[in-house]
Amino acid sequence: MTAIQPVDGLSKSDAVAHSPLLSVKDVTLQYKTREHIVTATYRVSFDVFQADRFVLLGPSGCGKSSLLKGVAGFMAPVEGTMKLNGRTIDRPSPDRMMVFQEFDQLLPWKTVLQNVMFPMLTSGRCKRKEARERALRFIDKVNLTKFRDAYPHMLSGGMKQRVAIARAMAMEPDILLMDEPFAALDALTRRKMQEELLQLWEDTRFTMLFVTHSIEEAIIVGSRILVLSPHPGRVKAELNAHQFSHAEQGRPEFGALTQRIHNMLFAERIEEEALSKAGAAHG
Amino acid sequence: MANLSSATPLVRPEFEHITVEAGQIGEVERPLSLWERLSNIDWLRKAVILIVLGAAWEAYARYAGNELTFPTLVQTMQALWEATVHGPLLERTLTSLRVLLTGYALGLFIAGVFTTIAVSTRIGTDLLSTLTAMFNPLPAIALLPLALLWFGLGIPSLVFVIVHSVLWAVALNTHTGFLAVSETQRMAGMNYGLRGVRYVLKILIPAAFPSILAGLKIGWAFAWRTLIAAELVFGVSSRSGGLGWFIFENRNQLETANVFAGLTAVIIIGLVVESVVFRTIEMHTVRKWGMQR
Repeated sequence: MTAIQPVDGLSKSDAVAHSPLLSVKDVTLQYKTREHIVTATYRVSFDVFQADRFVLLGPSGCGKSSLLKGVAGFMAPVEGTMKLNGRTIDRPSPDRMMVFQEFDQLLPWKTVLQNVMFPMLTSGRCKRKEARERALRFIDKVNLTKFRDAYPHMLSGGMKQRVAIARAMAMEPDILLMDEPFAALDALTRRKMQEELLQLWEDTRFTMLFVTHSIEEAIIVGSRILVLSPHPGRVKAELNAHQFSHAEQGRPEFGALTQRIHNMLFAERIEEEALSKAGAAHG
Repeated sequence: MANLSSATPLVRPEFEHITVEAGQIGEVERPLSLWERLSNIDWLRKAVILIVLGAAWEAYARYAGNELTFPTLVQTMQALWEATVHGPLLERTLTSLRVLLTGYALGLFIAGVFTTIAVSTRIGTDLLSTLTAMFNPLPAIALLPLALLWFGLGIPSLVFVIVHSVLWAVALNTHTGFLAVSETQRMAGMNYGLRGVRYVLKILIPAAFPSILAGLKIGWAFAWRTLIAAELVFGVSSRSGGLGWFIFENRNQLETANVFAGLTAVIIIGLVVESVVFRTIEMHTVRKWGMQR
């Protein structure tokens, strides 16, 4: 297993790490359904620094995916600011590449290689030759060299997610946005993908914002975890998890942190139940 | 049986196997038999269907024995050969095809413009769906009298009715296809910074291609029908009539075998376009991409 010591890595390689790369301040996000305006998050603030593996964790309906979509530029906040490198985020852009949960994020009419090259070419970031070289390098990093000329429908779910990760990383974005990328995979493949992702991070030290609803995944993948309360999402805590990877899974500290987060999320539910019971008693 | 609630699973000894080499299993793969392989060939199966239909035609025509109302397959083929080599059939067909392609291309272009407007603005969507709902059910041939009034007796009238028959079918299918493109693919496209016409060209059109192709096929069939029907109604403007005119002329002269030959020409062109043109497009696009089996 890979032992990860991001704190050492950070202090050595990143002198600029004192100002945040992504800064989210008091952000309230709302979306419209046919009849309602739903508040997804309420005054959420957090800072992501260079080479962070920053995880947004919370139960479903806590607005973590909405937050990620906000950072990606698909959703404008009704209140607060989101800044990347000091610039306000106002639209989707290839400097924030997104990896989605769904397997159909690859373009079915392009091969693996073409899929990875596509954003580099359309955004004008690289010439064809350079795009090809970079694409091949990252396809190799995710161990898909043998499948570079295959079409997405020939690949398994895990392979598709690898292609999506390679595609996003080949762009060398300022920040990599991952929306539950492993949620639709089986448990064995998920574990393997988590390990590979951590290995990739060891190699290139990219910055990522990772959304999950699995406490275990958050602790393993993340270096810092933002715990959100359910509906509308508010910040409950920001915790450090850089000391944990798969290797530490059996350790008591790992169990303790899991339990601590579990209680944070679970306490809310007990409170709510108590409240609704009290309400029922009054009514 | 009697004491289910206290039943406990029987504890059995554990074991581990060393798996047998796959090579020792023997027949892992076996080639298909000749019959199985032949029955897997698409065109062969279709050819068999055609031969059976042809035999049925010939048998019935001989049994009926009235070449004025129902000529045999052999007579039809002779007439087709004669009309193609010595007669005007080839020229008539080319005239028809020229008009057809003009109308089809123009219809596709206008449909493209309409759907692009429809996906970019909400009012465009409303416009397209209202127009489609209004005009799609209107038979193109019903517009022919008006077209004759506006454009006179000639090719522009034909092109007008063909455009009408192609436009709505293609626009409806394309727009439905665009709406069905998954949210993830849309967001992925926007994530790369694609916007406007580039977004339509590089993401929406390929992603909606199965629907677009279905629209193209329906449009083609509608165009054919409309053209032949229109030619039957008002015949010919100058000396260069089309296939419909050929059929009409021969019916008037009671050359029934030639009428059948004209119809057969329509069918053959339809088959060729379907099995060569559209099939080739399908093989190189939606099938290769795994969007269609």
